[in-house]
Amino acid sequence: MAADARRHEAARARWLVSGPPLLYLLVFFAAPTLIMVLASFRSPGEFGGLAPLRDDTGALDLNVDAYVRFFTETVYAQVFVKSLVFALVTTLVCLALAYPLAALIARSPKKSRDILLLLVILPFWSNFLIRIYAWMILLGPNAALARAVNGVLGWFGAGPVPLLFSSFAVLVCLVYVHLPFMVLPLYANLEKHDPALLDAAQDLGASAWQRFWRITFPLSLPGVYAGAALVFIPALGIFAIPDLLGGPDDTLIGNLIKQQFLETRDWPFGSVLSIVLTVSALALVGLAAWLGRGATRGAERVGA
Amino acid sequence: MPLLDIRNVTRRFGDFTAVDGVSLAIEAGEFFTLLGPSGCGKTTLLRMIAGFDLPDAGQILLDGVDLAATPPERRPVRTVFQSYALFPHMTVHGNVAFPLQMAGTPARDIPGKVAAALEDVRLTGFDRRYPHELSGGQKQRVAIARALVTHPTMLLLDEPLAALDAKLREELQIELIHLQREAGITFVYVTHDQTEALALSHRIAVMNKGKVEQLDEPSVIYRFPRSRFVADFIGQCNLFSGPIRANAAGAVTLDVEGLGAVKVAAQTALAAGAPASIALRPEQIRIGAGDAAAPADNRYEGTVADLLYMGDVTVYRVNTAGGARVEALLANSQTGRAKFFEPGDRVVVDWPAAAGHFIED
Amino acid sequence: MRSRSPLLVAVALAVYAFLYLPLAIVVVYSFNDSRLNAEWVGFTLDWYRKLFADDDMLAAARNSLVIGLVASLVATVLGTMAGIALHRYRLRLLPLLVFAPIAIPEILMGVSLLIFFVLLNFTLGLVSVAIAHIAFCIGFVAIVVRARMAGMDEALVEAARDCGATPWQAFRHVTLPLIMPGVIAGALMAFTLSIDDFVITFFTAGAGTVTLPLQIYSMIKIAVTPEVNAVSTLLMLLTLLLIVVASRLSPSLLRSQEEAPT
Repeated sequence: MAADARRHEAARARWLVSGPPLLYLLVFFAAPTLIMVLASFRSPGEFGGLAPLRDDTGALDLNVDAYVRFFTETVYAQVFVKSLVFALVTTLVCLALAYPLAALIARSPKKSRDILLLLVILPFWSNFLIRIYAWMILLGPNAALARAVNGVLGWFGAGPVPLLFSSFAVLVCLVYVHLPFMVLPLYANLEKHDPALLDAAQDLGASAWQRFWRITFPLSLPGVYAGAALVFIPALGIFAIPDLLGGPDDTLIGNLIKQQFLETRDWPFGSVLSIVLTVSALALVGLAAWLGRGATRGAERVGA
Repeated sequence: MPLLDIRNVTRRFGDFTAVDGVSLAIEAGEFFTLLGPSGCGKTTLLRMIAGFDLPDAGQILLDGVDLAATPPERRPVRTVFQSYALFPHMTVHGNVAFPLQMAGTPARDIPGKVAAALEDVRLTGFDRRYPHELSGGQKQRVAIARALVTHPTMLLLDEPLAALDAKLREELQIELIHLQREAGITFVYVTHDQTEALALSHRIAVMNKGKVEQLDEPSVIYRFPRSRFVADFIGQCNLFSGPIRANAAGAVTLDVEGLGAVKVAAQTALAAGAPASIALRPEQIRIGAGDAAAPADNRYEGTVADLLYMGDVTVYRVNTAGGARVEALLANSQTGRAKFFEPGDRVVVDWPAAAGHFIED
Repeated sequence: MRSRSPLLVAVALAVYAFLYLPLAIVVVYSFNDSRLNAEWVGFTLDWYRKLFADDDMLAAARNSLVIGLVASLVATVLGTMAGIALHRYRLRLLPLLVFAPIAIPEILMGVSLLIFFVLLNFTLGLVSVAIAHIAFCIGFVAIVVRARMAGMDEALVEAARDCGATPWQAFRHVTLPLIMPGVIAGALMAFTLSIDDFVITFFTAGAGTVTLPLQIYSMIKIAVTPEVNAVSTLLMLLTLLLIVVASRLSPSLLRSQEEAPT
C-alpha cells in the first residue's frame, strides 16, 4: 500500500538522523565498554595486556581471578574505602559551601543572577590541571599560606607541617574542582521556590531557622541529590589530584587503575577496578536517590 | 465528483481510535467545517488531508486521485496553523515568498505575487517586518497570505482564530468569508466553537469520538439536531428524555421525569415504551407569571431558581414543581426592562408541540 | 521575603574568593620575575617569551588545536543529529549512549578506549585521541541542540512541508537556521572540552603524542615553573573567549534551567 511506503520513508528519515551518532557511539563507546567488561574475566598477558582468549589447548580462558583478588586482598578494600571517604567528604563540604552561595544567587535580583552564576561556572571551564596547579602554588612550602600556618604552629611550639603532598591538599583541591557541580543544580532548584511559601511560614509563626529547615531544605532535596551525584561520581574516580597533590598514602582507586594500565599493565585487574568503581558510584547515587525518593517526590513539583 | 472524497478513514493511536471510519465528500468552492469538542478527531482528520499523518484504513481522494503516496509538499492543499507557524527568522515577505521559492517560481515574478497576496489580506507595507513585530491578527493574516499565494485548490484551517480575542475574531470571520468567496478556494475549517461554525460554514460535520454525528447545513444542524450530542453541543438546549407514552397523528408524547407528559410534533416508527428525547431551544420557551393561562401543548408551573443577565438576553432557570429544570431565554430589547422575574418568583413555562425537536435515542 | 542576611553574603563572598584566588595567583605569578611562585619580585614577560620558544610546548599546542578542531567539527555534526533525534523520536538506545559518557567516571572511558585501540592494533596518537574526544563531546552538543529544538514550534517544519518544501529543504531553510545558535554554542563547547581534556587523553594518546594538558601535567609533575603559569593564563584567556562567544549565541547555556529561545 502507498501509505506503507510513506511510513517506510519516515522510518528511513529517522534512521538517517539517529543512525550515524548511534553507530559512532556503539563502536567507540558501547563496544569498548563491553570489551573491558570481557577483559575483566580474562587472564593478564605474560608481558602485560591480555593473555590470548584461548589457551594452548584451545579452551576459552575466562575466569574471575581478578575479582577474587580485589575482594580478598585487604589493601584494595582499604584504597576503595579511602576513595569512598574522600568522595563523601568532598560531597558534604561542597554541599556546605554551595548551599549559601546558591541561596544567595537565587535571592538576588533577576538581572544579577546570570552574572553571579557565570562567575561560578567560569573557573570550572578553566583547565582541570591549571586548577590543580594553582593549589600546588598556594599550598607549596614557599607560599604565604604555608608559611602563615607554620608560623602560627611555631608559636605553639609545633614543628612545621607540609601542606602540599597531604590528604588535606587532596581534599581541598577535590572540593575546589567539584564545587560548581554542586552550585548549579542547587541554584536551579532554589530559584524555582515560591517566595510566598516562606512568607506563609513566617505568617504562621516559623522562625528563620524553622523556615529553612521545614520549608526551604526539604523542597531543595532534588537539587541536593542532583548536585551530590554530580560531585560524588567524578570525585570517586579521580587520579590526577592525588597524583599531583597527595602524599605516598593518598593512593585512591583512580591511581590504582592508572597503575594497572600504564605501569604494571595488568589489564584484567585494571578492568575489575574500573568496573567496581563505576558500578559502586552509580549504585550509591541510585541508592541515595531511592532512599530520598519520598522526600523528593513532592519537591520535584516545585517548579512544575 | 466531489473535490475531496474521504472514504472510511480510520486512524488509531495505540488503543485510542482518533478517527473511526469517517466518510465525507467536500465539493469544490465549499466552506466546510469540522466541528467538535477537543479529542473528537477533527484535527487528526485535517492532518491526514494535509499529509502530516496517514490513515490506518480508508482512502482520501482529491479529484479522484488517492493521496496516500503523496507527501505533504506535493499536495495542492495548504494549511493555516493554529499557532500561525510563521518562520520566525524570515520577514513577512520571506514567509509569503517561501512557497513560491519552493515551487520554483522565477525570482522576478515573486515580489509581484507576494505583494498581491499581502494586498488580499490588507497587509500591504508590512513586507519587512518580522513575525514577532506583528499582532496576533496580523500574524494570522500573514499565515493566510502564505497559504493562498500559490493558489492552492484547498485551504485547511486548524482553529485559526482560537488565539485571538472575541472582537478581532469576529472581524476576521467576516474577512474569511470574503476571502473564501473571492478566491473561490475550498475551505476546510476545524473548530470547537459552534457559533463560529454556524456563522462561517456552508456545511458542518459535527464530530464526536472519531465519528461524524451529523453533516448538514448550519440551520438544519441547529434546528434539527440528529442526536442528543449534537443538540447539546450546538447552542444552549433543553434535553428531555423518557419513554414514549403515545405516538399518534404526527405527535409524540414522552413521559419525562419531573415534567410528566411532554408533547412534540414528530413522525416516528418507535412504539410506546421506547426511549427517546426532545431537544428544545431556550428561546422557544415562553415564560410568564402564570395568570395569563393561555392553553398550550406543554405547560408547567415552577419557580425561578437562577437567572443570568447577559445584556441583550436573560436566561432563566426554572425548577418545575416535579423537580425538572427548564432553561428559558427572554430577549431584553423588547421590554426596556432588565428582567421580568427574580429568583423565587412563581412562573409558568409553556411551548407548542412544534417548538421541540424529536430525537430517537 | 527574599532576605539576604549579612552572614549569607559573607559566606558567599568567601566562596567566590575560594573559587578565584587560586586562579588569580596563577595569572599574577605568570608575570613575576622569579623562578619561585612565592614572592612578588617584579614584572616580566620572560615566561611568555620562554613559552613561545619552547618547541615541546608549541608542538603540544599544535596537537591540541588539531584535535580540538577535528573533534569539535565531527562531534558537532553527530551531536546535532543526536540532539534532533532525541527531541523528535522516542528512542531507547540512543539516549543511553549519548548521556552515559557524561554520567560515568571519565577514567572508565579512558581505559576502555585504551583496551579497545590496543586490541585492534590501532596506533595510539592524534587519531585515537580525536576519536575519544568525539565520543564524549557528542553528548554535550546533543544536550544544547535538543534544548534548542525543544524551544522550536514543531508546526514550523510541517508548515515548511505544507509550503512545498521537501524534508531536506525544510531542514535546510527552517530547522537548521533556527537551531544554529545552539549548534554553534555546542561546537564551541566541544572545542573547549577537547582542548581541556586530560583524563581521556592521558589514556588514549600513547607515548609519542602530547597535548597541552599532557604537557602541563608532565611539567608540573616534576616541578612548579612559572612557564606553566604563562601557558595556563593563555589557556584561560582562550577558554574565557570561547565561553563568552558561546553564551552570547545561546544564553540558555549559562542558565541552569533551559528557557525556550524566542
